[in-house]
Amino acid sequence: MTTTLSVENLRVSIPLAAGVLHAVRGISFEVARGETLCLVGESGCGKSLTSLALMNLLPSRAKREADRIALNGTDLLKLGERGMAKVRGSSMAMIFQEPMTSLNPAYTIGNQLEEGIRLHKGVSAKEARERAVYLLEKVGITAASSRLGQYPHQLSGGLRQRVMIAMALMCGPELLICDEPTTALDVTIQAQILHLIKDLQREFDMAVILITHDLGVVARVADRVAVMYAGEIIESGDVGEIFSRPTHPYTQSLMNCIPVPGKTAHGERLGTIPGIVPSMIGEMTGCAFANRCGYARDICLEPLVTRELVPNHAVRCVRAEEVAAINAGETLRAGSPA
Amino acid sequence: MTTTPILEARDLFCTFQVRQGMFQPKRPLHAVNGVSLSIEKGGVLGLVGESGCGKSTVARMLLGLQEPTSGTLAIDGQPLEEIGRKDLAKRVQPIFQDPYSSLNPRKTIGSIIGLPLYVHQIGHASERRRKVEDIMDLCGLPKRAYDMYPSQLSGGQRQRVAIARALVMRPEIVICDEPTSALDVSVQAQILNLLLDLRRELGLTYVLISHNLAVVELIASKVSVMYLGRIVEEAEGQDFFRDPRHPYSQALLASVLTPEAGLGVPDAQLGSAFPNPIDPPPGCTFHPRCAHAGDACRTIRPAPIRDGRGLVECHLFDESVTV
Repeated sequence: MTTTLSVENLRVSIPLAAGVLHAVRGISFEVARGETLCLVGESGCGKSLTSLALMNLLPSRAKREADRIALNGTDLLKLGERGMAKVRGSSMAMIFQEPMTSLNPAYTIGNQLEEGIRLHKGVSAKEARERAVYLLEKVGITAASSRLGQYPHQLSGGLRQRVMIAMALMCGPELLICDEPTTALDVTIQAQILHLIKDLQREFDMAVILITHDLGVVARVADRVAVMYAGEIIESGDVGEIFSRPTHPYTQSLMNCIPVPGKTAHGERLGTIPGIVPSMIGEMTGCAFANRCGYARDICLEPLVTRELVPNHAVRCVRAEEVAAINAGETLRAGSPA
Repeated sequence: MTTTPILEARDLFCTFQVRQGMFQPKRPLHAVNGVSLSIEKGGVLGLVGESGCGKSTVARMLLGLQEPTSGTLAIDGQPLEEIGRKDLAKRVQPIFQDPYSSLNPRKTIGSIIGLPLYVHQIGHASERRRKVEDIMDLCGLPKRAYDMYPSQLSGGQRQRVAIARALVMRPEIVICDEPTSALDVSVQAQILNLLLDLRRELGLTYVLISHNLAVVELIASKVSVMYLGRIVEEAEGQDFFRDPRHPYSQALLASVLTPEAGLGVPDAQLGSAFPNPIDPPPGCTFHPRCAHAGDACRTIRPAPIRDGRGLVECHLFDESVTV
């Protein structure tokens, strides 16, 4: 598979009165063509800032640093704002969470769909219109040509998100970044939108980065998963591997927090994670999860690296093997007859 | 054994007159179109459905915030209109979705939680403070939060404040409208655990409105599915999740993304989007999205069928109609 995007040691820091907030602290990942990478984590873990950093859309006071951000071999770090403007919306596009706030209420759907492609590709108004109708039909909107004259408020939430997807695809991007694309939608619409994203990904052979906090979405959509905590990727690997053998204590706790139909008994208490996320202001050494981790020892406060335990499964935990052994022991005991 | 349900709604209708354009005449929108509900003391009724199906309007009527156009509501057998506004507030309390917008940012946590006590003139200041501290403790809030402001608390703590405020009057019924949708998964788990514990300790009855069916399955003892202002299925929680009967219930359950890798995104075959409630489809309002729809479904409105397993409103279960 060809790598579409490769990111090495991405850091985002925001200077505050109290000190420098290191919101993303040295993360590296790759996405290949046709592949879906899910960035999963709770609010404040840096997943949305990561996506904004890729698009170079960070708030002005936030500082982006990286060893390398390459899209199909082009080094995005070397592009100026003008160069980035050419790439953004053209070879990489983004879908946001709130379809109502990301569409301009004062312009028609057609206007907003056609603007990007006319700017980037210099096509005629007629060609732009044809492409818009083609994509609206692709995303499952009926009577597409009559929709072009409508305004966002005339559409339902699900339709708006479909319009957003069509808009993102207008220039035929190689990388599609979806930031919580279905969080604001009903479960029935969520399934349809995710279906659509997967179908379009196959058809246009795109790389997709999907950002979400919903482990159900991750399990069903991702090829690979990166779990983020306090600005770091603490565990990453193939989706089957992560869900069948979650190894980092944070990933394990996260999976114990969600009620799983058919597995969690009615009225059963859910697992919780004690404590709160550490302050990300200033330098941090050692494991960021140590203060909430039941397996933490003194060694966890030493500087650590992310290690690949088995191929395609990397964990940022010094005690990963011991934790796995303890878990295996518990499963064994739970499984043996009393 | 027949006991009076603690909360009973019979044939509730709520109709709004809406204008679709500036010069258009007003037209009726039947947000709630003949809903009957009942819940036993200590039970948890899960009310599920897509946005716009009328579940929040039902919640507002249960709280006395929205007058039903017609129909009756009773608490412990006593009609709602006989219970005064203040007395009703003592017995039924809400917990809302967004702990960021439902708390006054300029009041301290102590005064937010204590306001109901003040309004109802219960006890002296010192007594009220003790009651507030008790409930804060029960809801897992630290004592020092008493003098803090909402902005100083995390999302999970704010939702605890909202719960403490709802419970400080020791109500019998709590209406939880999407209590965990705005929260992170680890915080959601804490809040759900808290709701489970409080129900046991205080003998509360919940009406849980949620689109997260995994949450409903975890907590609810009884489930009602709403579609376009009607209850299309009602069943005991266990029966419902094992074997949903209405095609819409089946589609809803099929759309749930359980965290199991490799299964892919399910296709519930729901086709077109939610219909416009001003122009509901004729016959069964679900027929344009239903995979089983036949001629009868397009013309004849299905009647509710009550049997040993609850209620279902679908021609497939009506022997007198051939689909």
